[in-house]
Amino acid sequence: MKTFYWLVKREFWETKGGFFWAPVVTGIVFLVLNGMGLVLGEVFGRRENPHWWGGLRFGGDAQLQAHMRPEDLQQVAAGVDIMFYAVAGVILCVTAIVIFFYCLGALYDDRRDRSILFWKSLPLSDTSTVLSKVASALLLAPAIAVVVGVIVALVLGILIAIVAAIHGVGVWSLLMASHPIRVVVNMILLIPLYAIWALPTVGWLLLCSAWARGKPFLWAIALPVGAGVIVSWFGLMGIAGLSSNWFWKNVVGRLLGSLMPGGWIGNTSSLAGLDDDNPASLVKGMDLAFHYSALASPALWIGALAGAAMIAGAIWFRRWRDDT
Amino acid sequence: MTAVVTATGLTKRYKSSLALDGASFQIGAGRIVGLIGPNGAGKTTALKAILGLTTFDGQLSVLGLDPRKDRGKLMEQVCFIADVAVLPRWLKVRDAVDFVANTHPRFDRAKCDAFLARTKLQPGQKVKQLSKGMIVQLHLALVMSIDAKLLVLDEPTLGLDILYRKQFYQSLLEDYFDEEKTILVTTHQVEEIEHILTDLMFIRDGKIVLDTDMDSLGERFSEVLVGSELAAAARELKPLDERQVFGKSIFLFDNVSRPQLERLGEVRRPSIGDLFVATMKGTYA
Repeated sequence: MKTFYWLVKREFWETKGGFFWAPVVTGIVFLVLNGMGLVLGEVFGRRENPHWWGGLRFGGDAQLQAHMRPEDLQQVAAGVDIMFYAVAGVILCVTAIVIFFYCLGALYDDRRDRSILFWKSLPLSDTSTVLSKVASALLLAPAIAVVVGVIVALVLGILIAIVAAIHGVGVWSLLMASHPIRVVVNMILLIPLYAIWALPTVGWLLLCSAWARGKPFLWAIALPVGAGVIVSWFGLMGIAGLSSNWFWKNVVGRLLGSLMPGGWIGNTSSLAGLDDDNPASLVKGMDLAFHYSALASPALWIGALAGAAMIAGAIWFRRWRDDT
Repeated sequence: MTAVVTATGLTKRYKSSLALDGASFQIGAGRIVGLIGPNGAGKTTALKAILGLTTFDGQLSVLGLDPRKDRGKLMEQVCFIADVAVLPRWLKVRDAVDFVANTHPRFDRAKCDAFLARTKLQPGQKVKQLSKGMIVQLHLALVMSIDAKLLVLDEPTLGLDILYRKQFYQSLLEDYFDEEKTILVTTHQVEEIEHILTDLMFIRDGKIVLDTDMDSLGERFSEVLVGSELAAAARELKPLDERQVFGKSIFLFDNVSRPQLERLGEVRRPSIGDLFVATMKGTYA
């Protein structure tokens, strides 16, 4: 267990740039862009109404706040929660891209620069080495992204609250009525589902990374896409009765695209689904029961099994592929 | 002697060539063995087999274990330095020590810190900021702090200047080697390890062509400086090799009695380099 901890730590040392700095920088860029947007709004607002007291118009809402009924406040607070989710989602998307390339390099880069010979000189089993990379990709990286995402969302919320306060509008109570902690907990609790869902992609990329003698990226993309093209071609000729759409969605898509957050939504149960289109029900869209209902779909488990098998293959290749 | 490595009929076939062709040898505990061979003779493949990094045919036992099956267990007792500069470039000196200290059960951190204190290495430096010589210092400090039974070195000083090369072998001898430990080293810089070896193996085309300890090497092989008038007589004793220096001939003999040779001229012990060149004649032809 201690060894495993240090193996994951090693992965973090190596990919600090991707796992930590990429979401942080994305977050900062996001905040700067939003800040610029706010300033722009101020400036334009002043130009249009030189005699008016402010830039951005919060007027209508200010009225709304004072006399807001509790259920309305709840709706607006739910909107704030959705903003939290959305911002964290943006950061998670960036991390998903990072994880994609991390997996492609994880078992290839050290063979290319021959540092595998150093790692292999230590009493580390290939199984724990590969599993530490799986854990880094599926648990560590998403966890960092979620935390960074929610911090960015909070800062954004505070920025907006400050601008609103300048205009004499108090949205603090709104922020207080939102649930940043619930958002964090929800998203952290969604990571296991994300991990199960993303297994086929991570397994496939690690397998290519462990197996390819060169250009793992090309192999990882070319093999499934090539297979898809062939299936479509046969499909066009009407042979074998295969639906090529099915193949693209369930094989190619799952091998290459399962790292995209929320990919499992199509597999959730309609019983747990959404009913209305107001913010509060959208927040219900982040309800754990709704998401975890995807666990009832066989497609998810078939994908996970395939992913586990490919990880086992990656372990085998890791054992016997050397630096040549 | 207790054997640390026993190989019988070690064979490894790559697609087009035979890297190891039934090589058999034994390495005893407490020895420093040089495995010398021309490029492509199978040195690295032999080492990889010993370290469990490659598949092979034949029998091989390292510290009583089969490297193909028990690699994880074996690596607690075996260390290796494969070439310089295989340390990952992003690794910091401090992190390297931390990592090995926490994953290797036989690592002595105090020892490592003491070794590092004798170098210019800074804990915060990354490997990519270090010179080749400094990387090897770091690697050596890590490896020497591991209480391993077998240390395998594959061209450990390739590309280093002479100061680092001398220091490398000196540290190994003074601070690391004892009768409990065994060192197996391959290198092309034969003359530099000549005086530290206890045993010598030549490998050619995947076969062990010479396997001897250094003491019997001096008894078995002799080099004689012969004037031109006696050269014909010398040739009759079937020398391994003959070369010309300043109008005289130097003959290399295998298993010819010393008194017989002394009649021909001045007898001395051949250097490993000369012996190597004579043995490997025609390798690249």
